[in-house]
Amino acid sequence: MDSMADIKQTFFQECDDLLGELESGLLDMEGGDGDSETVAAIFRAVHSIKGGAGAFGLDNLVAFAHIFETTLDEVRADRLEATPDVLSVLLRSSDVLADLVRAAQNDEELGEEVTTGLVEELSAFVGEKAGAPDEAAAAGGEDISFAPLGTAIDLDDVFGDLDSVEESQRFIIKFRPMPELYANANETVLLMRNLAAMGEVNVACDESQIPTLDVLDPEGAYLSWTITVQTSNSEAELLEIFEFVEDDCTLEIKSEELPDDTIEPELADDETIPAEEEASHTDVEGGKDGVTSGDNTADKDNVVSLAEKKEKPTATAQASKEKDTSDATIRVNLGRIDRLVNLVGELVINQAMLTQGVFDAGLERGDSVEAGLEELKQLTREIQDSVMAIRAQPVKALFQRMSRIVREAARATEKSVHLVMEGEMTEVDKTVVERLADPLTHMIRNAVDHGLETSETRIANGKPAEGTVSLTAAHRSGRVVIEVCDDGAGINRERVRSIAIEKGLISEEDKLSDSDIDNLLFMPGFSTVSKVSNLSGRGVGMDVVKRAIQAVGGKISISSQPGKGSTFSISLPLTLAILDGMVVDVAEQTLVVPLTAIVETLKPMPSDIHDLGAGAKVISIRGEFIPIIDAGISMGYRTEPTDPLTGVVLSVETEDGARAAVIVDSIQDQRQVVIKSLEENYGHVDSVAAATILGDGRIALILDVDSIIDRGGSAVSFHENSLAATG
Amino acid sequence: MSDTEVKSKDEALELVAFCVGDQEYCVNIMSVREIRGWTKETSLPLTPPFVRGVINLRGSVVPVIDLASRLGLEQTEPSARHVIIIMQIGEQAVGLVVNAVSDILTILKEKIQPTPDVSSEAARDFVQGVLAMEERMINLLDLSTVLPTETIEGIAA
Repeated sequence: MDSMADIKQTFFQECDDLLGELESGLLDMEGGDGDSETVAAIFRAVHSIKGGAGAFGLDNLVAFAHIFETTLDEVRADRLEATPDVLSVLLRSSDVLADLVRAAQNDEELGEEVTTGLVEELSAFVGEKAGAPDEAAAAGGEDISFAPLGTAIDLDDVFGDLDSVEESQRFIIKFRPMPELYANANETVLLMRNLAAMGEVNVACDESQIPTLDVLDPEGAYLSWTITVQTSNSEAELLEIFEFVEDDCTLEIKSEELPDDTIEPELADDETIPAEEEASHTDVEGGKDGVTSGDNTADKDNVVSLAEKKEKPTATAQASKEKDTSDATIRVNLGRIDRLVNLVGELVINQAMLTQGVFDAGLERGDSVEAGLEELKQLTREIQDSVMAIRAQPVKALFQRMSRIVREAARATEKSVHLVMEGEMTEVDKTVVERLADPLTHMIRNAVDHGLETSETRIANGKPAEGTVSLTAAHRSGRVVIEVCDDGAGINRERVRSIAIEKGLISEEDKLSDSDIDNLLFMPGFSTVSKVSNLSGRGVGMDVVKRAIQAVGGKISISSQPGKGSTFSISLPLTLAILDGMVVDVAEQTLVVPLTAIVETLKPMPSDIHDLGAGAKVISIRGEFIPIIDAGISMGYRTEPTDPLTGVVLSVETEDGARAAVIVDSIQDQRQVVIKSLEENYGHVDSVAAATILGDGRIALILDVDSIIDRGGSAVSFHENSLAATG
Repeated sequence: MSDTEVKSKDEALELVAFCVGDQEYCVNIMSVREIRGWTKETSLPLTPPFVRGVINLRGSVVPVIDLASRLGLEQTEPSARHVIIIMQIGEQAVGLVVNAVSDILTILKEKIQPTPDVSSEAARDFVQGVLAMEERMINLLDLSTVLPTETIEGIAA
């Protein structure tokens, strides 16, 4: 039973991909980019889910997928125009399909009510048109097996003669299962019984491929069959029997009336792939023609129904083609990759230790060993980059989930919202992507719920009725920046201020800048909406979002313009594993300063240093006065400030542009360090982003530049009484 | 005596005993991951005084706690003769600096006496029970309070 569970697991993994494909396809169509390829891809995705679900007896899923598929088929065949209304239903269907898959995965049952409404809506689309092709076929007396659209164009004349073949015809089916067919628990006997039910069947088994016993693979597939069927059913109906196995066998169906060489692309034959490509290309044109030159309805429907029937073999070929290309990727258990990442981390540490050890042993600079070590360093770095690249994932899947959140939030708040996504292909470490889902969901909900005004208000303010929420991702100086932007009313600072006063977060007299007020939103226990709405007000505030983002080493900031909207931007490290840092000494302790934060390093001149008030100093860098922070004091290593002239100044900048000059005693080195979590065995320590292991095996702390700038460099000593009582 | 105690009466416990200052403490051997010589820690800023810092334990960052200081005794001035006992407390690995490991004991659970009612807060918080060994009194350390989660969150807040 375990292997069955494995297969099921694989199915659900594939479902995830397919659902992603489905949604992105639908979104493309919504954005007007959908061509018939997209429609076909969407159809295939639903079809594959249905197929897999059928194999596992997930009846709910199959039933819904079937209706969904049927509707998509109408769209694919251009019988149903993909109007915004239709697309909205399709998108919601894809959400429900995702829910059903999820439920099936967790062995849950979803109530009927989840699907009922949609099933009706979907059926309505199909119902309007469902009769049409049949009537048309009956009128024209055409029920043929092959579509001119599907095969090469120059065969049109051949098919032209086939128009009226109504009576029973003979098909020759060559069926050669691959081992996968059996592995997927399919049974050839059942297939043949199904065929037999359609008409008179004559089966010949070819056992010539069976090898001798010594080389026979018990799980191999050596038999093939030639089945002659005399039936009044169409080829499409024959193909339906093979629906769930068509990817796992070589299947060739020929109608005997036709000359062999003109008909059927041999699906398993590699040479037919170009032809298939051409075929699908033809499909595109055919589809368009169907729409534009639809003066003769019967004809049009005809063409379409032919196209539909041909689609199955085409889909098969495309599926197998896709299989070929997807061979280039493999699924790897995440645990294995994590192990590799850890090992590479150890390798980096080890390489640093080795280098240090060699020089400590008194090796001359310029020795050949040094060159070797340098090469090792390069290699290590390359290995590391490659390993990180394995873990990197585009944020696309994450963004797509957000489009659903927008749809749901828009429905719940009865606002009309348009989601714009940019930079979906931006790659971020998998862990980061995963841990971003919740905060991002919350931010998107907030943008729709609090950010955007109602349509009436928008129109009254001269804005388009439909609000826009944009979600963008981009690489910016070694970090990934994700922005959630709405074109709503912006932050009502008056209200935020009064609420903060009311809640005792600030006092009446506090003078706050606009950005200070905006940042109040991140205070624990702050919520601007007095009425707890359906969406927000679940006790999760922006403070939780902020903490979640900080937990992955990210930062969040707000900018807002009254009447124009607000932008929340999250900046994240590319990876949670390795960081480029400057190794510095402070009060006999070794610290690592993230390179991304450092703008420049300099030796200050006495004339650059100026006193500002009691004890505070600023440094003038090219005419700009920047506050000086003594790293030793802010880390609590010493209480007396060092003379800035004896140390080195690191000019640093935070994400939101705040600058400071951090004084350290000396700079040791600049290198990659492996990030080690302090949280794992201890907890978060203010001013410390994480820890790392140095070449000598000792731990160095990685400075959290933002945190020490926020505190203005003052040392926050630990107060015993702030400890929770223990005991 | 409650039922559970009656049932576990015959249960033998293996304990690691160690010296902190001039007192003797012990912990269940099952929570000890390893014992290693003292190495210099990297001090953590803004932490309570009993947190000495962090050490590298084969690639993981492990906090080290001065047990004497935690128990309200005089702060330890560790030397190469001191040892760090790496404990597994829940999900976390934590090192305790102690003077020396003195013994490994096998005792019956029933031998553990309740902590005598003394005024020392530390004794009440950190001592689960006491046991008599020859002339000595050994305190059974309550590991759950040595690095309590409240404390960690208190620091983080």
